[in-house]
Amino acid sequence: MTDVEGTAGWAEAAVREHAAEAQKPSREEQVLERIDRARRRKARVKEEHITMAHGSGGKATQSLIEAIFLEAFRNPLLEPLEDGAVLGVGSRRLAFTTDSYVVSPLFFPGGDIGDLAVNGTVNDLSVCGSRPLYLSAGFILEEGFPVDDLRRVTASMARAAAEAGVRIVTGDTKVVQRGKADGCYVNTAGVGLIERPVSLSAAGARPGDAVIVSGPIGEHGVTIMLARGELDIEADLVSDTAPLNGLVSALLDACADVPADARPDARSAVDSDAPWDVPPDARQGAVRCLRDATRGGVATILNEIAHASGVAVVVEEDAIPVRPGVRGACELLGIDPLYVACEGRLVAVVDGSAADTALAALRGHPLGEGAALVGHVKDDPPGLVLLKTGFGGTRIVDLLVGDPLPRIC
Amino acid sequence: MRFVDEYRDAEKARALSAKITSLCEPGRAYKFMEVCGGHTHTIYKHGLEDYLPEAVTLVHGPGCPVCVIPMGRVDDAIHIAEQPDVVMTSFGDMMRVPGGRGSFFDSMAQGAEIRMVYSPLDALKVARQNPDKHVVFMAIGFETTAPSTAMTVLRAEAERIGNFSVFCNHVTIIPAIKAILDSPDLRLDGFIGPGHVSTIIGCRPYEFIARDYGKPLVVAGFEPLDILQSIYMLLVQLAEGRSEVENQYARVVPWAGNLKALTVINEVMELRPYFEWRGLGFISHSALSVREKYAAYDAERIFEIPGGRVADPKACQCGEVLKGVLKPWECKVFGTACTPETPIGTCMVSSEGACAAYYNFGRFSRERVREATR
Repeated sequence: MTDVEGTAGWAEAAVREHAAEAQKPSREEQVLERIDRARRRKARVKEEHITMAHGSGGKATQSLIEAIFLEAFRNPLLEPLEDGAVLGVGSRRLAFTTDSYVVSPLFFPGGDIGDLAVNGTVNDLSVCGSRPLYLSAGFILEEGFPVDDLRRVTASMARAAAEAGVRIVTGDTKVVQRGKADGCYVNTAGVGLIERPVSLSAAGARPGDAVIVSGPIGEHGVTIMLARGELDIEADLVSDTAPLNGLVSALLDACADVPADARPDARSAVDSDAPWDVPPDARQGAVRCLRDATRGGVATILNEIAHASGVAVVVEEDAIPVRPGVRGACELLGIDPLYVACEGRLVAVVDGSAADTALAALRGHPLGEGAALVGHVKDDPPGLVLLKTGFGGTRIVDLLVGDPLPRIC
Repeated sequence: MRFVDEYRDAEKARALSAKITSLCEPGRAYKFMEVCGGHTHTIYKHGLEDYLPEAVTLVHGPGCPVCVIPMGRVDDAIHIAEQPDVVMTSFGDMMRVPGGRGSFFDSMAQGAEIRMVYSPLDALKVARQNPDKHVVFMAIGFETTAPSTAMTVLRAEAERIGNFSVFCNHVTIIPAIKAILDSPDLRLDGFIGPGHVSTIIGCRPYEFIARDYGKPLVVAGFEPLDILQSIYMLLVQLAEGRSEVENQYARVVPWAGNLKALTVINEVMELRPYFEWRGLGFISHSALSVREKYAAYDAERIFEIPGGRVADPKACQCGEVLKGVLKPWECKVFGTACTPETPIGTCMVSSEGACAAYYNFGRFSRERVREATR
């Protein structure tokens, strides 16, 4: 072998090695992949006791639901873990949901535990695509709770039910010893009729879809934090609690005729052979997914959608409507409004071609005046919510473990 | 929003980014440590690294008040909280920090009364409202939070509140920076100095870094433009061959510090001979305790503290992360065994911890994301 050949051979090998090296994922990317695999593992509850984090709506809640409740009750109707279950009764489709309310304080600017309990269940039924009809009301009362307060709560529930066009048709009362509860807890369950040929699911989003929120976010959560009076911050804020059935109706009506491809896999929420399933020739319309952004805020909903649909959701920080009072309070406390609860706002994923139609429909309703297009659905990287920050950078928006904790300095 | 948006202006960021790139000498790599966890949080939360050329690397430092609390001290605090008629009060950050036998949250779930407060004065309020209980404030943080703890002790004395004490875990930043400078593992080109700490101690205490170690330091604010500007200022110093202490955060940080706050700290607290830092080990003269004169408000004197040293879990590499030797993702257990849900180390707990910031905000492949965010 001559020198020339030797050198050429060495150079060739070096080029080849370099190319192979460039194709290999970097060490950081390998770690990211390993983490991704770890996150896909089955949820487990490692704690020996329930902590407050289990009730926050974030990762800890999700683990609890998947590892304890889903494990115990597993069935095809529960499995999608949507805001409500879709049931077949005869040839009709019903939506069925339940929710408990333990808010403190019971009365706060813009509402109280009563209208919250009615609106919350009405909203869970609405985002299943149903017309909410009947509610139940269960009360757990603490010994010593003022009857006048109970009257205020029930009057407010009656008003909220009338506004939403639902009736409270059954109920239950329990009284526990002083100290065993905090004044008054309310549970409501509800049923609604799904009259449209739609199937809405967090698993229905696909690349090209538009992501819309129906108004400024975080108002309920910040109002409650301030109403507790521990922060000595004053802001002119009221809870956004409201029934969303009218708004959902307006949106679904407007988007019913917008052509969008049929989505057979989105119907996996119900047993696909069942007689009550969406008929194959039905017009699904352009709305793929609706969620009301309660506990855990908009960030949690977007994560659920990205995860269930196996897509990336990319949102623009500057496009997300946040009122100055909410933003100011969140800046002071070091928490992100994206994680703060709303009680009258929804997140809608619609076919990209219907974004304008959907926005116009929402904005035409008093509860959707502040609706905004906040982002889009992409195919890669699946399961991630990405935020383009106002500053011009990129970061992910993950599920929180527990409640957002204020930073100390 | 005023006083916020002007420090997050994308256009100004682009201009600064161009200047930063042009200052980098070809072929040279720059490593700057942001000492403070608040900076780490800002960097990830706003996606600031998108503006930096590849030649500039940010290394995360030890300035996260929660991250440096050793396991043994968490156990001691839980021990106090479990005493009859005791209410422990703590900043929210501290609630999930694991000790040898669980966190405050775990201890609460088993019956201890632990309340989250936003300031030590709130803890004093709890004491006033619960005269039949003894209220302890879990005091943590650097010089930033020490004055408010000291003030609260003085207030308690003035009001003759007898059922209040502080469990003092305050630490001081300079010995930690010195430990990092003396550590053989790390080569840094300069420091982004802590902003909030400097409002109290001023800029003078950093002068030895520039003088004796030849490293420039720029005290920086907490908005993303503040940090970009400090990186620019560091690069200018390096380009001009200078190593000085400069103050980017002059709108808040007085060069000489806050004499009133320092006086209050000095009145109530004194330096401990040594204190254990999580991951960094024992550092001499690096923490504060309550002076004998205020013994009546010192939980360490009132309660019998086990004071045991609990070794960090073997797999945990928080020490290397706190010293900037390892990037969060380079730790063996990062993101798999150690996650925000089940943290092994403190860096994964606090929002200011480097691991939590990277996991929650920066855990994505820039290559793949470029396409999605186009």
